[in-house]
Amino acid sequence: MSEHRVGDLIRMTAADLASAIHGGQVSAVEVTQAHLDRIADVDPAIHAFLHISVDGALAAARAVDESLAAGERPASPLAGVPLALKDIVVQKGVPTTAGSKILEGWRPPYDATVTTRLLDAGVVILGKTNLDEFAMGSSTENSAYGPTRNPWDLDRIPGGSGGGSAAALAAFEAPLAIGTDTGGSIRQPAALTGTVGAKPTYGGVSRFGVIAMASSLDQVGPCARTVLDTALLHEVIAGHDPRDSTSIPQPAPQVVDAVRRGQAEDLSGLRVGVVKQLRGSGYQPGVVASFDAAVAAMTRLGAEVVEVDCPHFAYGLAAYYLIMPSEVSSNLARFDAMRYGLRLGDDGEASAEAVMTATRGRGFGAEVKRRIILGTYALSAGYYDAYYGSAQKVRTLISRDFASAFASADVLVSPSSPVTAFGLGEKVDDPMAMYLNDLATIPGSLAGIPAMSVPSGLAGDTGLPVGLQVMAPALGEAVMYRVAATFEADYIARNGGIVARSAPELDGVR
Amino acid sequence: MNTPDPSDPVTPDGVSHVFLTPADVAHLAHLSRLELTAAEVEVYVGQLSGILDSVAEVSRVATGDIVPTTHAVPLSNVYRDDVIRPGLTHAEALDQAPAQSEGRFRVPQILGEEQ
Amino acid sequence: MKLADLMDYDEAIGKFDPALGLEVHVELSTQTKMFCPCPTEFGGEPNTHVCPVCLALPGALPVVNRTAVESAIKIGLALNCEIAQWCRFARKNYFYPDMPKNFQTSQYDEPIAFDGWLDVEVEGYDEPVRIEIERAHMEEDTGKSLHVGGSAGRIHGAEYSLLDYNRAGVPLVEIVTRPIMGTRENAPAVARAYVAALRDLLRALDVSDVRMDQGSLRCDVNLSLAPAGAGGLGTRTETKNVNSLRSVDRAVRHEISRQASILVGGGRIKQETRHFEEASGTTRPGRSKETAEDYRYFPEPDLVPIAPAREWVEQLRVGLPEMPWLRRATQQKAWGFTDLEMRDLVAADAVELVEQTVAAGATPSEAKSWWSAYLGAKANEAGVALTELSITPKQVAAICAMVTGGQLNAKLARQVVDGVLAGEGEPDQVVAARGLAVVSDDSALQAAVDAALAAQPAVADRIRGGNLQAVGAIIGAVMKATRGSADAARVRELVLATLGVQG
Repeated sequence: MSEHRVGDLIRMTAADLASAIHGGQVSAVEVTQAHLDRIADVDPAIHAFLHISVDGALAAARAVDESLAAGERPASPLAGVPLALKDIVVQKGVPTTAGSKILEGWRPPYDATVTTRLLDAGVVILGKTNLDEFAMGSSTENSAYGPTRNPWDLDRIPGGSGGGSAAALAAFEAPLAIGTDTGGSIRQPAALTGTVGAKPTYGGVSRFGVIAMASSLDQVGPCARTVLDTALLHEVIAGHDPRDSTSIPQPAPQVVDAVRRGQAEDLSGLRVGVVKQLRGSGYQPGVVASFDAAVAAMTRLGAEVVEVDCPHFAYGLAAYYLIMPSEVSSNLARFDAMRYGLRLGDDGEASAEAVMTATRGRGFGAEVKRRIILGTYALSAGYYDAYYGSAQKVRTLISRDFASAFASADVLVSPSSPVTAFGLGEKVDDPMAMYLNDLATIPGSLAGIPAMSVPSGLAGDTGLPVGLQVMAPALGEAVMYRVAATFEADYIARNGGIVARSAPELDGVR
Repeated sequence: MNTPDPSDPVTPDGVSHVFLTPADVAHLAHLSRLELTAAEVEVYVGQLSGILDSVAEVSRVATGDIVPTTHAVPLSNVYRDDVIRPGLTHAEALDQAPAQSEGRFRVPQILGEEQ
Repeated sequence: MKLADLMDYDEAIGKFDPALGLEVHVELSTQTKMFCPCPTEFGGEPNTHVCPVCLALPGALPVVNRTAVESAIKIGLALNCEIAQWCRFARKNYFYPDMPKNFQTSQYDEPIAFDGWLDVEVEGYDEPVRIEIERAHMEEDTGKSLHVGGSAGRIHGAEYSLLDYNRAGVPLVEIVTRPIMGTRENAPAVARAYVAALRDLLRALDVSDVRMDQGSLRCDVNLSLAPAGAGGLGTRTETKNVNSLRSVDRAVRHEISRQASILVGGGRIKQETRHFEEASGTTRPGRSKETAEDYRYFPEPDLVPIAPAREWVEQLRVGLPEMPWLRRATQQKAWGFTDLEMRDLVAADAVELVEQTVAAGATPSEAKSWWSAYLGAKANEAGVALTELSITPKQVAAICAMVTGGQLNAKLARQVVDGVLAGEGEPDQVVAARGLAVVSDDSALQAAVDAALAAQPAVADRIRGGNLQAVGAIIGAVMKATRGSADAARVRELVLATLGVQG
């Protein structure tokens, strides 16, 4: 090991790791091994990973080292940097479960576009991270393989559905992670773990090879501990993919430049809109206080802060819980025990239909079945117009609210989550209470706009991380990252470091 | 189904109520090929009625003249050229099958007719 | 219902008016599938034309084949349809193991083409019959299942099933007619003529192989009866598995008799899906579903709308080939056939075959005569369509050439045709193998003539005496001796020369 201690390597940013690897101060294999060691140390307590690709990761790291040793330029600014991949993105030959029993043991015969881009960029995939089953949940408690714990407090949930990816970042098991966000599954876990996560504009990152939950809402996005690392990863995975018909046929936004600009400048000349509807009842006092402080900081940084009114956001949750389950009920029909995955009840006598029914009934968890039934109902003849049809119209109303808000503001801000991390088991039996966790993130999902969560500090009442949500118009990733970067730089200047730095050490947790 | 049309005028307390019966849930479970225990049916009857009650409000604001949104950035005419590209090998296609025989996916007996 | 209980067709038609509806599924002959770049080629080892998309692996996404959309628009234009300004795919949700996603990506209330018509020539009508087209929409085919164990071939009693997804995702266009009323006793002929005309049109458009025997053209027959003269529509049945033109005719005919028998007996028609049984010419009920289907259609969120540019549509319209019925008029003139002859060819579904036979070198009348007479009878005997006979227009033309060249006479030519049909190879191979060439070697013939004259001295005397009609007896004997391989004209010449008689 060169001048870096293992403890340093796991706490470095992806940007710094990359420059150390590319500059020859440390090898990609050393960096990868340091993270694999950290995973071995702390993951038994955190349970962020469902699968650890020790050999694959080391081989990928070795390939980066060899290519650099041969004098080749790094394949990307993140070549050699390790990453945790949410287990809903397929990687050829690597077990992919989507957190469900129904896919236990399945090894995909192909790579998702995101996976291909990561591998082509020389990013080292450490393994697959835990999630709520098929990304349905806000706590990672719906995983068939057991919950992930929040590194800030092991008795609390890390948010969801991407709790595994967020916890892996907060526990310093990986500097980068991939998430997917349908109603808040990147942003809410980022908020609850003091990390950064961005949901790009719908269509900004290919969904090909990402196991679908709700096709019209699902979006893949980058997660990290800093805004710059998030932007670096964003540029690796974003851009047009002809295999996804909903992929935007434009080059990836230049978000790294936007971050560098945000780090160098203040917010002068930018108008920041505070959404009236995303602040009142249902928000924990400690969250509101942290948010108000964040708004005050932005004002101090030169932003013109305005209040914007988005009256139809009140219907967002209802619309979301009609559209999402409807699409879920259809997307998950393919898990039928015929071609791959689990097969139960095949006794040689039972019909295909009986085996399908038994496998789906026993292979899916309670939340998945609840949403399938809900969606089946919402799409039924006679109900389509009232439910799915109306919900799609509400999307239009919410988009109009955003359009008028963005007429008076360059970005909108709100808390990312109404509450800080709650206790394991606290909400599992109350689906409506669980659904309320996505109150602030759902409007952006329905409108398909880019939105990210950046830590705004620790809540005064719980001492747990709070996230600031920054939203921008469709394709407005650059201004979103710029504001987040300025805010983060100011936070570091005032607090001596990023929020995740204050996370517990987790030494001796096993 | 024992359900008022959510677009019906709302009841005096301002909310249109949706009541699912156990038979409704069982029918929906059959449509979606989900084996449910009696206990599960019972839990879902209550939960789903509650959820449906709270989501039915969308029909109050979604009036006729609003164009539904499906995608954030409206795209149209996204096509692929009619050119063959390699897919999976035969071995890859069948590799993850729960059962196979004669180069095909082997499944329990299929009852019913093709649609 | 026992066949014996079926009402006679004429009686049924006397009592009831049939209403027809035809749903035709056409497999497009694109290189690749509707939503993925796998080949559509028929046949192939099972599960070798598959990818994550058509196997519905988790995470896979569809992308629309541009050529399939183009073909659908061409079909719509040729059927005088309007082409949608904007339309979408929808998901039709139902579980069936040969459909990997457990939903079919189809079009629901926004078909790409709608409100068209097709004029069809039908025997018994002076004017073409106008069939109104409700819609033509795009969708995808299913895989194929094979049922093993139990009573073979039947779904019930199978012990397990085997699935091949090569066909899953092959592009289909479904063409749906409006109810066809007022055809009365001609309903079977109208149905058949419509499907034949549609098939010819699709072939002319070069958008499909239109092979009913291979399933690239499939027809569902909807039929209902109403009391004669009463108007209105009765309860309909939908008959599937109607896989040839002949079957279209038979399925309509059978359903009319079957439904009439039930109605006359005071029964009610059950709205159901039925299956046509090729062997018996009857229909049998499909498995009745416990609950009414609810397909839970919704717009396919993984695809974006199709909004065909008007310039594209107009370009396709201009590029449409001459429609078969227009071409037919040109052909009739060129071939010199009467209206009746031409109509017979159309009814026998032989126009295309005659055209190809003429193109391969035969004269129009030779070609017509073969296909409508001898081969027509052969097809009838075998209960198959002319196109399904295992002889090609090229082979027929080759046999015609041999007749013209004197190598074969009419009788031998029929034997050569029999040989080709029996799979004995190309015509020349059959001629060689069966030793069918006309015997034109005079020395062999002379010997046969001499032998015949010697055997029938009295006949020989009569010929010498100028009774030329008696030559026939000698020719007959020579033909018998040569097993028909002699050229009768040459035998006659030799007989007269041998006896020194002027012919």
